[in-house]
Amino acid sequence: MRDVAVVGIGMNKWGELWDKSIRDIFVEAALTAIDDAGVDMLDSMAIGCMTGGLFVGQEHLASMMADYLGYKNLAASRVESACASGGLAFRTAFIEVASGISDVVLAGGVEKMTDVSGDGATYALATAADQEYEVFHGATFPGLYALMAVAHMEKYGTTRDMLSAVAVKNHVNGSMNPNAQYPFKISVEDVNNSVMVASPLRILDCSPITDGAAAVILTTVDIARKLGKPIIKIIGSGHATDTIALHARKDLTTLNATKIAAERAFKMAGKTIKDIDFAEVHDCFTIAEIVVTESLGIFAPGKGGEAAANGETSLEGSFPINTSGGLKSKGHPVGATGIGQVVEVVKQLRGEAENGRQLKKNPKTAMTQNMGGSGGSTLVHILEVA
Amino acid sequence: MFPSRIWRERAQRYRLEAGKCTTCGYIAFPPRLICPECGAREFETIKLPDTGRLLTYTIIRVAPSQFTDEAPYAVGIAELSNGVRLMAQIADCDVEKITVGMEVVIEFRRVQTDGHHGVLSYGYKFVPKWY
Ligand SMILES: [Zn+2]
Repeated sequence: MRDVAVVGIGMNKWGELWDKSIRDIFVEAALTAIDDAGVDMLDSMAIGCMTGGLFVGQEHLASMMADYLGYKNLAASRVESACASGGLAFRTAFIEVASGISDVVLAGGVEKMTDVSGDGATYALATAADQEYEVFHGATFPGLYALMAVAHMEKYGTTRDMLSAVAVKNHVNGSMNPNAQYPFKISVEDVNNSVMVASPLRILDCSPITDGAAAVILTTVDIARKLGKPIIKIIGSGHATDTIALHARKDLTTLNATKIAAERAFKMAGKTIKDIDFAEVHDCFTIAEIVVTESLGIFAPGKGGEAAANGETSLEGSFPINTSGGLKSKGHPVGATGIGQVVEVVKQLRGEAENGRQLKKNPKTAMTQNMGGSGGSTLVHILEVA
Repeated sequence: MFPSRIWRERAQRYRLEAGKCTTCGYIAFPPRLICPECGAREFETIKLPDTGRLLTYTIIRVAPSQFTDEAPYAVGIAELSNGVRLMAQIADCDVEKITVGMEVVIEFRRVQTDGHHGVLSYGYKFVPKWY
């Protein structure tokens, strides 16, 4: 296996981008990444997109994006694993470069979610759950995570204010991210008094509906040295699935695919959670960040909420989580989210995070965790400054 | 919604039919072709018990279009007496009185309607035992 590095990152403003098409959004991010890397050729491209078909009626995205990016006849593919599609595109590109099949690969992600009504978006997102045994009965995505939240509160005593602390912290971080959809601060009271979506989850517990794309360039460490860019190596990649239906899992308060994907990434990297300085994780709902930080082993089972409330996951905390603002404040264009996480950790590892959200302690090793559905798929990556 | 899609699931939704692995005893609901526990491919058809205990629940206030008239409604996961877990709506009760751990009975109910002229979908719902 060859050593692989990220040499270029590209992400533009996320939000409700009424005036931009899915192709414009993707090409902008891809060009930013290509320019950042300083490469003049690509061998291939992997794009994560959950459901262009349901959001904009457009499939066959790989060909469209290669065409509009100006790379005629490029070997391009679109990969899908619901909200983990971006993470899967990153792993696909990593495997291609590591194996020696390609030298320079673009890993991207895109989702254009605001061309449908709220109801249309609810329907499209629910296709990541079990249609016949969850969605049929009226379950929604906030509803599935609410079921986890109630189970977690019941078992561990996690509180309303602990959930809110996650949203508040991510909005503090996002307020310093110029690309965030909602770059403003909120208070615990704001979250506690916001509209109920699926009890106990309120609207400010939920990540938003977002248009956005992100792209990164992967190549060998040898080529990266010649490009003269800071070398951020991918030292671990882990991928795991779990039952698609939440009720089929033995423990409703653990995300097993996250646990196993992390174990696989740690094994490849020869590291443990103690070696990781900070992480971007999949906070599609506040409870998700709490359960994920426990499943990754950052905090003991049941202690994730308390850790968030005590500031341990803030920029100044012992283990900063979602320095970008996370899905909550930065936005959650589902297929792009996994790549957006990589963009943030590379920025932090290069020391380039904007507006005072740069971590002070000179971070060297970072983790990304991106999951699909209610945890039915997860990608974990570990990146390190070479 | 195409009738075939609803009709295909009738044995599970109307009769709670599951597959029991004849090798290790694992109960698959819905039935599967291969046992996820032992890999065997022989199953016998059994009927699930119609009582269980609620493990978790939520009250959905922002509902998909086919359920907006029913919101707020409760959805929960129950564990049946043989260990099988299912998701269903919790019917016939004040949703504010639902508690984790309460006993539920599985009853046959209408679950969805596809607009004013579409197919009616029936299936199972949980009803609190105390009701
Ligand atoms: Zn078996």
